[in-house]
Amino acid sequence: MQADRGKFEMTRVALTVNDEKRIVETPPMKRLLDVLREDLHLTGAKEGCGEGECGACAVLMNGDLVNSCLVPILQTQGAEIITIEGIAIDKKLHPIQQCFLEQGGAQCGICTPGMILATYHLLENIPQPTLLQIQEGLNGNLCRCTGYMRIFNSVLAAAAKATPQSETQ
Amino acid sequence: MTNRPQTVGSSPIRKEGRDKVLGRAQYIDDITLPGMWFGATVRSSIPRGRITSISFDPAIPWHEYTIVSAADIPGENTIVHLTKDHPCLAVTHVNHCQEPILLLAHPNRAVLPAAVAAVHITYEELPAIFTIEDSEKKEQIIWGEGENANTFKTYLMQKDQKPIPDEVWQTADYIVEGEYRTGAQEQLYIENNGVIAEYDPEKGVTVRGSMQCPFYLVHALELVFNLPAEKCRVIQTETGGAFGGKEDFPSVIGSHAALLAMKSAHPVKLCYDRAEDMAATTKRHPSRTRHRTAVSKDGKLLAGEIDFAIDGGAYATLSPVVLSRGTIHAPGPYHWPHLTVRAKAMATNIPPHGAFRGFGAPQSIFALERHMDKIAKVVGLTPEELRRRNFLGTGYRTATGQLLKDPVDMQHLLTRALEESNYHAKRKQFDAENPISTIKRGIGFATFFHGAGFTGSGERRLNSLVEIELTAEGRPRILVSSTEFGQGTNTILCQIAADALNLPYEEVLIAQPDTTLVPNSGPTVASRTAMVVGKLVERAAESLLASLAPFLPPLLNRARSRAAQYTRTQFCHAALKYLAQHGSLKTEARYQSPGDIFWDDNTYSGEAYPAYAWAVYVAEVVVDTTTYSAQVTNFYALQEVGKVLHPILAAGQIEGGVAQGIGYALYEKCLWRNGHLANNQMTNYIMPTSADLPSIHVSFEEVPSPHGAYGAKGIGELPMDGPAPAILNAIEHATGLAFNEIPLLPEDIFERMTRIPTSSTEDLDPIIDRDTQVETSEVSA
Ligand code: FES
Ligand code: FES
Repeated sequence: MQADRGKFEMTRVALTVNDEKRIVETPPMKRLLDVLREDLHLTGAKEGCGEGECGACAVLMNGDLVNSCLVPILQTQGAEIITIEGIAIDKKLHPIQQCFLEQGGAQCGICTPGMILATYHLLENIPQPTLLQIQEGLNGNLCRCTGYMRIFNSVLAAAAKATPQSETQ
Repeated sequence: MTNRPQTVGSSPIRKEGRDKVLGRAQYIDDITLPGMWFGATVRSSIPRGRITSISFDPAIPWHEYTIVSAADIPGENTIVHLTKDHPCLAVTHVNHCQEPILLLAHPNRAVLPAAVAAVHITYEELPAIFTIEDSEKKEQIIWGEGENANTFKTYLMQKDQKPIPDEVWQTADYIVEGEYRTGAQEQLYIENNGVIAEYDPEKGVTVRGSMQCPFYLVHALELVFNLPAEKCRVIQTETGGAFGGKEDFPSVIGSHAALLAMKSAHPVKLCYDRAEDMAATTKRHPSRTRHRTAVSKDGKLLAGEIDFAIDGGAYATLSPVVLSRGTIHAPGPYHWPHLTVRAKAMATNIPPHGAFRGFGAPQSIFALERHMDKIAKVVGLTPEELRRRNFLGTGYRTATGQLLKDPVDMQHLLTRALEESNYHAKRKQFDAENPISTIKRGIGFATFFHGAGFTGSGERRLNSLVEIELTAEGRPRILVSSTEFGQGTNTILCQIAADALNLPYEEVLIAQPDTTLVPNSGPTVASRTAMVVGKLVERAAESLLASLAPFLPPLLNRARSRAAQYTRTQFCHAALKYLAQHGSLKTEARYQSPGDIFWDDNTYSGEAYPAYAWAVYVAEVVVDTTTYSAQVTNFYALQEVGKVLHPILAAGQIEGGVAQGIGYALYEKCLWRNGHLANNQMTNYIMPTSADLPSIHVSFEEVPSPHGAYGAKGIGELPMDGPAPAILNAIEHATGLAFNEIPLLPEDIFERMTRIPTSSTEDLDPIIDRDTQVETSEVSA
């Protein structure tokens, strides 16, 4: 309680966020979500539930998809974090973002940053997922607007776009 | 560059979509103002009682806090919706759990939960009531008096304003009765309710936040602060889902934050967390519907008596209008020679229920569409044939006496939906397979309509106004209070203006709703935006074009419209020339009631809605008789919603609504414990995930409507109405068991299946059957 008042309760954490080295001084148990939003002013990750159910706060941590509302900042010492703000390539939309935009994968948009990161993570692991794999890969991310159908279409379209590249690689 | 292809009917990219996929869209909790404090709410812990003391734990440094009580309210202590029964902050009594009593603000957000917990309130508890039945008994009067005791509103709707003649009941071949119930449902927008308020002694109050209806909040603030409307400024920020849950509630949280801002002299952010949002804000009204229907042996509906009751919670909020929509939708898309609907909204000591997509219609339609399947069974007809014999059609009159002048073809919609879903073959297949399997499969459907726009004289009263202005760069910008919260308002209104102005979609801008800058185009509710506001945008665009006419190239061909006679650059030049001469240009269009729309609130008769959307939804389910779980495995949604303005957005609306409807039917249960929502978390209030939903096949029958812009009708609420009854009809097909209450969870199925052996047929209890031979054959249908 009121932990951020006493200096002795602060901790210094060095982490990489979207390829930039950052050092933050915060209470050790402060949630990664709050550090991103309040200390680093990266408000793309959203709080939907605060208990690991909705995935609105999802970010990539060392390549894993994590709910940043469940991660105390202490655990991110030396970690590589990627947030939605780090997904676009050279100011251009990432193909996944482009597909969400074109396919109607974003309605109110509040789940979208988490959905896009979950998709990014899914396609890293399974470049050509089946519908079932998409359903399972995204089932930690709740969306109340879309009924998910257009999100699936967005993921399929993004996977299809990625095909020629991955073949040439 | 003439003959630009229409953007209406195509699917351009959502206006604010880029910011959303980049994570840059600014929702209220993403915004920080200089010197901003944070707010929190101290709430009642009991459902009903008198406040006897309030004390503050001395362990907390209270001098750092701003504390607001009802005594700080400069105007009236009320949140106004339709009546003034709802206090902004409780004073002497509380009428529901989570009722706001005090407000706190502090510069540090993290310290607030402990401070809230350190305010100790004692009560003298009074007996509380939690159900429609308890409320009807009137042993405890918790609201109103005399005839209105515990009753927010009643309606009596009678076909031709006449009671049902006794002979109809005496001579009918069958009288079929049934009782149907629906539970509360949480909107569960992923962004909770939240606002930031500022106060300036000169300028007044400014509230920005997540909301559907900025002018509703202006109205609420006028009363709480005793300020004129000009001094109550409301700005809608990007809104992360609403579904009705941000229609009436922002008036509460907005007033609270503004009071804290005034007293603390700081901007104050008040954003609920999930647990508080779920426990304290509005939900869909629970309902109970009783049907008594006289039917002939050839399956004609002769007369219907419908008793429709909803639980409004502790204060009236929008219950009277929710009840109204539920009442008008209760008879469904059928012809009733005689009909009486008695409807009432009752008070309980539950946090007030409010708007939720569908607005009373999903409740009464659930009852009717379950009841139609029951009638079919009793009469010995298929669900399809029974409906076919009773559908309304063009030239018929609805239960309110409204003549259906626009084309209505439910027969065709039903044929098409059953074909697209391969209904008949599947029904046969499941009938053959089910007896030898523990996995029971079923297919069922619901046929229904949804009225677009405000009920009755509502649109006339709203008197909506839309403006379009030219920016300094000569681009048109739409000014409306209609809000975007995912459904696509920004996009479709820009499409309409683009086509009316013969400009590319990308050229048209739309302003963020700020009540000091935009006119009141009415609330963003009731599936009215595309149809009503869209039409006004079209008209305002036409008048903009008329003003620019002298600066545009002369008409080449008088027979063709002015649009398609100039290029985008020519438009821009014309706009700049106009601005150079006149300084600015803003045109407007105000709602004009079509001359032939009449509605009588006293007799509940007339043109209930300017237009109706019609639909047939088909659900396929599996019920596992070893785990008692039911799942929807396939879903077909066919609707006639007029012209589809944006196919991707429209399909997305339907899919999202169907998903919420599936949740309503099979997943989402509010567990009340002594008036408190016990499962106020996403961990234990279960909404469908991506792994729970079936393929949702959406199709449209496009019949352009003469009422809306480019033939559009309302679409947003319709998909909430059909899924629940279609699913329960399918479950009855699968199991032979008639479930008449939602949500239907595995434990409910377990309870019924273990009560009655799975092989047995349903007991059709409250039927008066005059033709006893039919009794035995009907159940195997
Ligand atoms: S906010 Fe982290 S999972 Fe919901
Ligand atoms: S788009 Fe609104 S919650 Fe997913």
